[in-house]
Amino acid sequence: MEPSTPLDSSSNMDSFMFDSSSRRSTVSIHSRSSGVINSTREVSFGHSGSKPVRYGSKGAESEALSMSQKEISDEDARLVYVDDPDKTNDMLEFAGNSILTGKYSIFTFLPRNLFEQFHRVAYIYFLVIAILNQLPQLAVFGRGVSILPLAFVLLVTGVKDAFEDWRRHRSDKIENNRLGLILVNGQFLEKKWKHIRVGEVIKIRANETIPCDIVLLSTSDPTGVAYVQTLNLDGESNLKTRYAKQETQSKLPEKEKLDVLIKCEKPNRNIYGFQGNIEVDGKRLSLGSSNIVLRGCELKNTNWALGVAVYCGRDTKAMLNSSGAPSKRSLLETRMNSEIIMLSFFLVALCIVTSVCAAVWLKRHKDELNLMPYYRKLDVSEGKEESYKYYGWVLEIVFTFLMSVIVYQVMIPISLYISMELVRVGQAYFMIGDSRMYDKATESKFQCRALNINEDLGQIKYVFSDKTGTLTENKMEFQCASILGFDYSSATASLENEQVEYTVQADGTIFKPKMMVKVNQELLQLSKSGFTNDEGKQIYDFFLALAACNTIVPLVADTSDPMVKLIDYQGESPDEQALTFAAAAYGFMLIERTSGHIVIDIHGERQRFNVLGLHEFDSDRKRMSVILGYSDNSVKLFVKGADTSMLRLIDKSLNTDILHATKSHLHTYSSVGLRTLVIGTRDLDASEFEQWQSSFEVASTALMGRAALLRKVAINIENKLCILGATAIEDKLQQGVPESIESLRIAGIKVWVLTGDKQETAISIGYSSRLLTSNMIQIIINTNNRESCRRHLQDALVMSRQHMTTPGVTHNSEEGSDSVSTSFALIVDGTSLVYILDSELEEEFFQLASRCSVVLCCRVAPLQKAGIVALVKHRTDDMTLAIGDGANDVSMIQMADIGVGISGQEGRQAVMASDFAMGQFRFLVPLLLIHGHWNYQRLGYMITYNFYRNAIFVLVLFWYVLFTAFTLTTAINEWSSMLYSIIYTALPTIVVGILDKDLSKRTLLKHPQLYGAGLRNEAYNKKLFWLTMADTLWQSIAVFFVPLIAYWGTTIDVASIGDLWTLAVVILVNLHLAMDVIRWNWITHAAIWGSIIATFICVIVIDAIPVFPGYWAIFDVAGTALFWLCLLGIVIAALLPRLVVKYLYQYYFPSDIQISRETEKFGNPRDNGGGEIEMLPVSDAPP
Amino acid sequence: MSTSTSGGAGSNDANVTRRASKRPKYSKFTQQELPACKPILTPRAVISAFLIVTVVFIPIGVASLIASHDVVEIIDRYDSQCIPSNVTDKVAFIQTPGEKPCNRELHVDKRMKSPIYVYYQLDNFYQNHRRYVKSRNDEQLRDSKNANSVSGCEPEDNANGQPIVPCGLIAWSLFNDTYSFSRNGNNLTVNKKDISWKSDRDHKFGSDVFPKNFQNGSLIGGGHLNETIPLNEQEDLIVWMRTAALPTFRKLYGRIEVDLEKGDVIHVNLQNYYNTYSFNGKKKLVLSTTTWLGGKNDFLGIAYLTVGGLSFFLALAFTIVYLVKPRQLGDPSYLSWNRNHGGQ
Repeated sequence: MEPSTPLDSSSNMDSFMFDSSSRRSTVSIHSRSSGVINSTREVSFGHSGSKPVRYGSKGAESEALSMSQKEISDEDARLVYVDDPDKTNDMLEFAGNSILTGKYSIFTFLPRNLFEQFHRVAYIYFLVIAILNQLPQLAVFGRGVSILPLAFVLLVTGVKDAFEDWRRHRSDKIENNRLGLILVNGQFLEKKWKHIRVGEVIKIRANETIPCDIVLLSTSDPTGVAYVQTLNLDGESNLKTRYAKQETQSKLPEKEKLDVLIKCEKPNRNIYGFQGNIEVDGKRLSLGSSNIVLRGCELKNTNWALGVAVYCGRDTKAMLNSSGAPSKRSLLETRMNSEIIMLSFFLVALCIVTSVCAAVWLKRHKDELNLMPYYRKLDVSEGKEESYKYYGWVLEIVFTFLMSVIVYQVMIPISLYISMELVRVGQAYFMIGDSRMYDKATESKFQCRALNINEDLGQIKYVFSDKTGTLTENKMEFQCASILGFDYSSATASLENEQVEYTVQADGTIFKPKMMVKVNQELLQLSKSGFTNDEGKQIYDFFLALAACNTIVPLVADTSDPMVKLIDYQGESPDEQALTFAAAAYGFMLIERTSGHIVIDIHGERQRFNVLGLHEFDSDRKRMSVILGYSDNSVKLFVKGADTSMLRLIDKSLNTDILHATKSHLHTYSSVGLRTLVIGTRDLDASEFEQWQSSFEVASTALMGRAALLRKVAINIENKLCILGATAIEDKLQQGVPESIESLRIAGIKVWVLTGDKQETAISIGYSSRLLTSNMIQIIINTNNRESCRRHLQDALVMSRQHMTTPGVTHNSEEGSDSVSTSFALIVDGTSLVYILDSELEEEFFQLASRCSVVLCCRVAPLQKAGIVALVKHRTDDMTLAIGDGANDVSMIQMADIGVGISGQEGRQAVMASDFAMGQFRFLVPLLLIHGHWNYQRLGYMITYNFYRNAIFVLVLFWYVLFTAFTLTTAINEWSSMLYSIIYTALPTIVVGILDKDLSKRTLLKHPQLYGAGLRNEAYNKKLFWLTMADTLWQSIAVFFVPLIAYWGTTIDVASIGDLWTLAVVILVNLHLAMDVIRWNWITHAAIWGSIIATFICVIVIDAIPVFPGYWAIFDVAGTALFWLCLLGIVIAALLPRLVVKYLYQYYFPSDIQISRETEKFGNPRDNGGGEIEMLPVSDAPP
Repeated sequence: MSTSTSGGAGSNDANVTRRASKRPKYSKFTQQELPACKPILTPRAVISAFLIVTVVFIPIGVASLIASHDVVEIIDRYDSQCIPSNVTDKVAFIQTPGEKPCNRELHVDKRMKSPIYVYYQLDNFYQNHRRYVKSRNDEQLRDSKNANSVSGCEPEDNANGQPIVPCGLIAWSLFNDTYSFSRNGNNLTVNKKDISWKSDRDHKFGSDVFPKNFQNGSLIGGGHLNETIPLNEQEDLIVWMRTAALPTFRKLYGRIEVDLEKGDVIHVNLQNYYNTYSFNGKKKLVLSTTTWLGGKNDFLGIAYLTVGGLSFFLALAFTIVYLVKPRQLGDPSYLSWNRNHGGQ
């Protein structure tokens, strides 16, 4: 299955625009934008499916709808007869449970590995050249020599692949031989994992790993709940609940033969979805993703669970998902390709020149060829006269052309691709090993998941950042509560910030929550004082809602003191965790949760509530609700949700004052950067409850469109609420974020923050993270319809243009980031973005945004994030980087040129989709400013150098051909010419590409502006390419013609002058590199001088083999003074122009990098004399 | 994750070591902070580099020029003069068997100290032609056991059904003009021993390999070989088979081991056998002395003087420019972002 790449779905992008606009006319604004949000779940996980990622809201939705409405037809279904593996596997042989991640076996290794290697163009090129050379008419090189380069790369890659595969085989073996409990003939027996078959019933005990994808039949919990940890699957450590169907829960497969048939979809990669149904005793029930437990998960907090294997081995979702990150191509490589094409033209030109000259020569000497001693066309050895190796004029030209392609083959620096890969691996090694990018808190190292875009890190122009979990820690802290219009802020009320430890004693054991929360003393007193009066009742309800209206699972853990138990709240949402901990601190401690009831300890008194219904949170409604049955049979609905979705549901006829007060509190909270939630409640009378119950039951057992039906039920009941209050949670900024953002801004990188928060929250976070500064002009676009949106945009554009053209302001937009005094900040909200992204306003928006140094998008749906990234990406050539931590950032991460995942609280989906992953946002600074800069400089230089290195060699060969009657003789020994790019010159460029650094980390962090070198394409551009080529031409002339003239009309033989040329080229090429090395450490010394020595050794060895015609040449020629004088003269004369130009450039037109290098070495001369130039503020990232 | 090697520790300790192992190890290497030297092209360094080049190159250039001028060289082109004036078809003339004697006179303008090397020089003869250089079999030359291996020697591999030793176009086209010198009626002996490389005689050409079936075909390319002398003593062949790198080349013919005085007239009695007429090649006879630098060649000396002079000029120019318009190294006011601010 091909991993779908998000990059090639631009057409889908278009359809998104189209779909959205077509919908907009009919649907109200709100449901529209929420529709977009809703579809994110589909999208962010859709990437793992076989279908390409869809950015369209409608498309994804309708697809999901059709999936659920459609009966699984028999052809598309997998039939599993529970506890009857023979029958299950009877018709179709389903995959067994043994897994094979290794690609090759001993027998298939050679053909398969070769086949895969030859998928690369480079290898095909090598192969074609080698094959051409095998034709007798074209045999330029000996057989062995000509396949040497190909054999070398094949061998290296093959050994690498074989080693990796061996490791995979080893882990497969361990995995396959693990033991599991399988039901065989009425009893559970231990069986190896690899022997598990579809249809078998498996018993899992606590803390065991699930061997294959199973549908739960029953669990130790009477309600059929099982808790699983999906750490191995997606890295999320919190517990997830899975349910067994009530109908199967009561069955005991050991005792009675089950007659259960499961019909489910064919294996697919969607780990968050499952469709199927189960037939128990003639009743048909539907199965969903909450009924399946996937391979690799661990069973927790449940004594045992029984399940039936539905997908085994390679069909399991875990295995189907184990594919690498999509491969991207770096900008530098793309740019390089145009120069490669240029070099191909050179190659063809050289070949044409050679063959045309050869043709003219043949024509002019047509009559002499027969007897010419060095041609001797006439062959009389067979007794009759015939032509020897002469195929007519036209064919001779064709052959000459092809032969010259073979001789000049290295003009296309194919080895460059291989060395670039090696260099990137080396760079990745250093990035991973950088202690600056190691996160102590999560013990996570930097991860390089993509290995081919390292250098793009040095050319990033736009950074798109998520807020929650990326800029902030995503460790929520309960800060304020507004109950009945009264504000209780814990932070302000208790000056000492005392954290109250609330404990509960029951049955001699003390329970205490794992996390302590700052509390408001006043509110604590109020909550303790009882709930007799009306106000007390409201407070009671408020905290009850906090404790009950969630999906948190309390986990009781032992401590060193046997009397004390810690309660930890596990849940998928950190907000809910924070709220539950807060409720516990105020005396409402959630003790137990099962699917049917919850137990809450309210100030030492345990109370049990029946959970009659739970409408889970979905991003469409942006709220969740729970229906609690009290012990006195009264029923209450609690709803908790985002203020926008909640305030519309509040019964406005009641308590308008409270509503107003709460609204103003909400505004205050969000303006200091807090996340707010509104809580409401309603008593349900019996009839209403019954009506709800019946529709809920219908909906939850529906086979088709269950999710939509459940949503409808939820919407019906969640209305006319009585407001209880609001909560505010602080999402703390990560360490070093403000400094990092400032560094990035100074570096000329535009930081866009895309957040789901409210505008006020976003702006306040913007200030606290120094994204916004007080001297920025804020442009706020916050509109409700398209026309006003357009007007706003146009006004803003006009204004920004005026500012740009007013005197005293830099005109250069690139410098705009520095001139802080006049920069703009654009703040757009999600609703406006809807219009912007699906209409022709896009262009205007981009115009405006590109003038602003900061763009803040609030209330953004995940899909819009990808849309914004796509907008920028399609309109500029600049590189984009998206950084995020959550599932909602996946589409953005995949859309951007570089995706960075934060391995934080919200699970690992972002990391899985990313190219690079790290623990903290602030690591972005060393990643871009240090490693990105270095990688870019190194690879940029490496590419030009490799072009030069190969071209000079080809030119030397070419010049010689002009003096051999155009017959493609090479003076340079054929072995030497093959070893040239393997031994003589390969290592230094790789070592320099990995190790050289133009500036120290300190300097790069001190002056983020130095990052501009990458943005201005300083290390690799057309001008540099042509300059290098001109230099190459001169150097090749010096190398070739000095010996030619010096030895003209002497007794010099081919091998001797060939050795001179070989050594001259190699020494020159290595010294050229040495001239450009910035930092000489011992490895660089070893590589460069070692290569020269290795070349001498190789030349000597080759000349010591008597069967070669050039036997002993080097010993003979090296004994003459002329040889050494030529060598010295060549090297100096060849490098002279380069040195002059380099010096003049560096001294009189110094680049920023050059000046900083000098400062590094000699210190800042202005430091002593009381610098009149103020250095920009030092923003060293914290260590 | 790397496994911790420190066994025997409790679970807590194991946890600690695991933690420690996960953290990237700090070393100057992994943090890319190896001690390094950072050369910078300062004016002083560049100017002194150029001065060093000057100081090294000019003496070498002068020495080379002097050496080249010390070489006395007499070149005599004889290919056209050695054809009788009544011959119109030169190729037909040269192809007819029989002796083709020719007398030449060389005038010594300057005293020539022994040893005086005798070369023949061929122009426009592509010994580096692809067809030509490959047309040999080194196995066959080395060992009598490989007499039959003639691969690569086509079209001179077999003659009359028998393998040719030595085979191939190179051997077939062996140069065969002969020279004998006399001064004032006295013969000047030409020492033809040790004119080839010792390594070739010892290792490339076998002492037990004798010429066989050589020049027996219908087309005669050049010289014949005495079939009683082993190949490693056929020095003319050995010299010839070290193929020249360039289309104009000399090959050593022998040495005259007496001094020639100024004003001497050398009579050369040569046999003009070798056919260069079919492809307009030139034949020259060269008498030359040598120096430490080899033969007469002014190029190297001129080149060294040019480079040395140029770098002196550059050193001078850079010094002047440096004095006129110096730039303080590492001055942050030149940084682009500071320049822009300063400009306002």
